[in-house]
Amino acid sequence: MKPAPFEYIRAESVLQAQEWLAADPEARVIAGGQTLMPMLAMRLVRPTRVIDIAGIAGLDTIAVGADHVTLGAMVRQVAVERSAAVAQALPLLSKAIRFVGHPPTRRRGTIGGSVANADPAAEIALVAVTQGAEVLTTADAFAARDYFLAPMTTALPAGAMVTGLRFPRVAAARRGTGFAEVAMRQGDYAMAAAACELVLGAGGEVASLRLGIGGATPVPVLLDLAAPTREAIAAALAPLEMMHDPNAGAGYRRRAALALAMQALDEAQREVMA
Amino acid sequence: MKLVLNVNGTDRALELEDRTSLLDALRDGVGLKGTHAGCEHGVCGTCTVLLDGEAVRSCLMLAAQAEGHAVTTIEGVTPGPGELSIVQDSFVETHGMQCGYCTPGMVLTAVALLRDNPTPTRDEIVEAISGNLCRCTGYGQIVEAIALAAERLRRSNTP
Repeated sequence: MKPAPFEYIRAESVLQAQEWLAADPEARVIAGGQTLMPMLAMRLVRPTRVIDIAGIAGLDTIAVGADHVTLGAMVRQVAVERSAAVAQALPLLSKAIRFVGHPPTRRRGTIGGSVANADPAAEIALVAVTQGAEVLTTADAFAARDYFLAPMTTALPAGAMVTGLRFPRVAAARRGTGFAEVAMRQGDYAMAAAACELVLGAGGEVASLRLGIGGATPVPVLLDLAAPTREAIAAALAPLEMMHDPNAGAGYRRRAALALAMQALDEAQREVMA
Repeated sequence: MKLVLNVNGTDRALELEDRTSLLDALRDGVGLKGTHAGCEHGVCGTCTVLLDGEAVRSCLMLAAQAEGHAVTTIEGVTPGPGELSIVQDSFVETHGMQCGYCTPGMVLTAVALLRDNPTPTRDEIVEAISGNLCRCTGYGQIVEAIALAAERLRRSNTP
């Protein structure tokens, strides 16, 4: 469990990191390292250079604007967990962050690292897809649903780097959110997870319902729902490819995804009624 | 690479390979063997140390990433040679260990929890140690130990 040799270098600016990435296709960025370090230890990746971006000024900012909330790539997961501003502006992310690893990994793990590595079980990626967030990179901004292509595979162009996530801000009135997950123990990789954001209109009608599934599928999926019902959710899940491993088969994950989607929807409905 | 790590209040100049984890730097570079190596990929929590007072996994950090931060290992939580801290003593009192392999990680996780939350509920204690595995499955007494340590710390003048 020791990484193959590499050179460790600290970038002082995004521009410098970009230059180093462009110069060497085998270089990798390290932010908090909570996904990359296990991959290095198991030699699933063998980079020539590991570029530390923790010292770059301004990448760890949480900016709550009128229409958007922008989180820098180096924002630690624990900072999201402890942020009253995020709890108010992005309650779904606040709920989901408690399922991201364990307190010691959240202390190091970052928003950008989670998105950049695109682990299919990543809760932050699921919330980004569910809420229609944008992945900000040095190359371009990507809609989250177009960014995640396959497990550990994204649309990030070679030589580019994730710089942050931008969430649309939804008015707090008549908004409910829910998050549910099943894993071997609290904080482990999700076998299935569901995230829901429900917004009611002035007359109490459903103005928008967003329900996303992660963990079960190779990438997070925003469900295309005809109605907020169990039958509609089951129909939306039916054509989706489910992952499988010895602990959780595809059939189990599909059933779990349906049950968790119902839980998340129920939580959002109860919250919006309260 | 050459680097300086602040470990238990002392600056240590080390020469390490770039790929060296903080865990290996502490055990083999500094020579402090109290930080245990378990899975070495972030699952078991036995390598937990404090970074600027907060619990982190030393196997999931490069030594180089710890430069400029204060690292506290299990050796750094005792009040003096041959003495135990209140948290360590509470683990002894409730028999919060069997084989002892997970104990340094459990104790440091408890220290970090109690620093932020002097009155944790049972659920909060369980959540705090959710990332630490005890292969002896002695969780019951570990939870008791942390609750006892919280109570003693509340009544104590010394941290």
